[in-house]
Amino acid sequence: MKSGEGSAPRILKGIPVSSGVVIGKAHVVETSQLKIVYQYLLDEKHVEMEVERFMDALHTTGEQLKKLKDSMPEPIKSHGFIIDTHLMILQDSMLREGTVEKIRKEQINAEWALKKSLREIRRLFEEIDDPYIRGRIDDVEDVADRIMRNLAGQEAPPLGDITQRVIVVAHKLSPADTSEMDVTKVMGFITDMGGRTSHTAIMAQALKIPAVVGLETATQFVEDGDLLIVDGTAGEVVINPDDSDIIRFQERQVLYQEKESLIAKSSQAPAITKDGYRITVRANIEFLEEVGTVKEYGGEGIGLYRTEFLYLKSRGLPSEEELFLDYKEAVEQVAPDPVAIRTLDLGGEKLTSVPGSLNEANPALGLRGIRLCLKERDMFRTQLRAILRASAFGKVRIIFPMISGVQELMDAKAFLKSIMGELDEEGLGYDPYLEVGIMIEVPSAVTMAEVLAEHVDFFSIGTNDLIQYALAIDRVNEHVAYMYQPFHPAILRMIRTVVEAGDQCGGRVSLCGEMASDPLCTGLLLGLGITELSINARTIPVIKELIRSISIEEARKDLHEVMKLPTARQVREYLLERMNPIIEKLGINESFLNTTQVPMG
Amino acid sequence: MDSVYTKTLRISNNLGLHARAAAKIVDLAKKYEAKLYLRKDDQEVDGGSILSLLTLCCPKGTEVEIRAEGPEAHELMEELERLFEYRFGEEK
Repeated sequence: MKSGEGSAPRILKGIPVSSGVVIGKAHVVETSQLKIVYQYLLDEKHVEMEVERFMDALHTTGEQLKKLKDSMPEPIKSHGFIIDTHLMILQDSMLREGTVEKIRKEQINAEWALKKSLREIRRLFEEIDDPYIRGRIDDVEDVADRIMRNLAGQEAPPLGDITQRVIVVAHKLSPADTSEMDVTKVMGFITDMGGRTSHTAIMAQALKIPAVVGLETATQFVEDGDLLIVDGTAGEVVINPDDSDIIRFQERQVLYQEKESLIAKSSQAPAITKDGYRITVRANIEFLEEVGTVKEYGGEGIGLYRTEFLYLKSRGLPSEEELFLDYKEAVEQVAPDPVAIRTLDLGGEKLTSVPGSLNEANPALGLRGIRLCLKERDMFRTQLRAILRASAFGKVRIIFPMISGVQELMDAKAFLKSIMGELDEEGLGYDPYLEVGIMIEVPSAVTMAEVLAEHVDFFSIGTNDLIQYALAIDRVNEHVAYMYQPFHPAILRMIRTVVEAGDQCGGRVSLCGEMASDPLCTGLLLGLGITELSINARTIPVIKELIRSISIEEARKDLHEVMKLPTARQVREYLLERMNPIIEKLGINESFLNTTQVPMG
Repeated sequence: MDSVYTKTLRISNNLGLHARAAAKIVDLAKKYEAKLYLRKDDQEVDGGSILSLLTLCCPKGTEVEIRAEGPEAHELMEELERLFEYRFGEEK
C-alpha cells in the first residue's frame, strides 16, 4: 500500500462520532486482533529483562533459520542464500541494535519496539526506486514475523503496565478488541471502517473522548508514534501537525466547548414543542459505564439498553448474578426514570459458547435475536431472571428484539410468565406490572403491527435494522451501502403504519436508531406522531433544543408534503430546505449532520 | 595499526548493490575489526548492515566512497577493492 507514489495526505476526513479535540501519539492496532500490545516498562530491571527476552528471541530465530537451511533438500540447496540473507537481516544493526535501543530509551516492550524498528526500515525501503531492492522489505518482514512468534512463545511482562496515553488507530475495532484494551489510557479513536453506531463510536461516546470513524485510509497513512490531532466534532484528523495546526485546533476546541456548555444548560428541561406537545427523550446505552451520562445530558431514562456486551466480553456466558448486578445498577442510577432492557440480540455466530454454533450462509437472516433466545432457553432464562430481579429496584421494561410475528411474541411472553412463576416460588421479588414491548425492525412486524399492538405495552422502532431488512441491503456492504436510505418513502410509510397501530391500542411508540438523532429527521418523526425518541446520550441536549423550536402542527403539514414525494432524494432535499434554517439558527455543527445521508446520484 | 583509508569505487556489476552483493560486503565487514562505511552523495551507511547497504540504493555505475577505519583497515580496504573488481562474483 505504501508505494511511495505521491506523499501521504496530511489531513484525513471521516465521520465524526464523538466530539472534542485531542492531540496525542498514534497507537496503530493491527487488523482486528490486538496481538501486539504496547507496554510501558516501569523500571530498569524490567527494561533489562525485556532486552534479554528480545536477545533470546533473536537467538532462537537464528537457530531455527540455520536448522531450516541444513534441512533443505539438495535440489533447492542453492536457495539457501535466501536464508543466509534472513540470517544477515537478523544480525542487522537496524533491527537488532535499533530495537534494543528503543526498549531501553522508550522503556517499551520488545514486540512494540520491534514493530517500530520494522516501520522505520519499511519507510526507508519505500523510498527506494529499484523495485527489486524495495521488495526486500518482504524478507525483513519475514524475519520480524519469526522474531515476533518467538517472542510470543516467551513470557511477556504483565499487562496493565500501560502508562502512556495514546490515540488508538485501527482498521476496525470489535468489542472483543476493546475489552482487551485498557480504554482508560485511550485519548481518542480513529478507524478506517465504521459508522455512527459502530462499536468504536459508542465506546468513545461513553468514555467522552473524541473519535472519527470511516476514514478509510487511516491505518495506511498513520504510523505508530505519529503525532495526531483528532477533531471528533468536525471529523478531521491531522497527521503530524505543525504549530499553526495545533493553534488552529486549540481555538476550535474552545469554540466547541462554549457551544456545548450553552446547550447543556438547557438539557435538563423537558422537550416541549412550540405548540405545547411534550416529547420524551431517552438514552440508548450499551455499557453500564454510560449510565452516568444519561442524567447528565438530560435523558429521561434509558429507552434502549443493549445487553450484548456482557455476552461478548466474558469467557463463556455471563452468570445470572453478573447480569443482575449490572442491570440493578443501571436501574438504580436512573430511577425514578425507566430502563428499557432489550434482551440479547446477537447472532449465533457471535456466541462461541453456545453449543452447536452454526455456520450460516446468511447470518442476518439466521438464528439470531429472539429466535436464538427461544432456542437457547437456559441462556434466555438466565437473562430474564436477571432482568426481573432488577425490576424490584426501579422501573424496568423489557424489549424483545427481532420479533417477526405474533407467535414469537406469544412464545417469549409465555416463557417470561413461567419465569415469573419460578421467582414467585423462590420468593424473589420483581415488578409484576413491568411493561413488555418489542422492537419493530422486521418488515413483517410492521405489517402485523395492529395485531402485535394488542399484546404489548409499547413498540420501539429500530430504524437501523428496519431499513436494512425492508430495503434488502446490507449497509456494511460497500456495493450497496448507498442504498441505505432512511428517507426512503417506504420507510416513512412503515413508521406511519406502526404509529397508527400503536395509537389504536393506546400503546406508546418510541423510535431508536440513527434517525432519532438526526436533526434532519426530528421534525419528520414528530409529524409522523412519534412521541418518544431514544438516542445516544450526548445528542440529547441538541435534539431537545431542536424539538423546542418545532411546532407539531407545522411538522404535520410538512409530513403531508413529504408523503407526496416519490424518492428518498427528494425527501431529503425537502427536509434540508425546511430544517436548515432551524439547524443553523441553533448552531448545530456538522458533526450531527452526517448521519443519514442520501447519495446524490 | 589504527588508520583511516578512503577510496572511491564504482559498482560495475549488472545488478548493482543488491542483496547478494550487499551480503558479501557485510561478510567482509564482519571479518575485520575495522569499521566500514559507504557513502553515496550525502548519505553514509554502516557497511556491516545489509539493510543500510540496501537502502543506499546503488545501481550499476554508482560511485561510492568507501571509508575503513580501525585495526586492519588497510587489509579490509584491499579485500573490498577485489570484491568490487570481481563484481561481487556475479556472472556476466
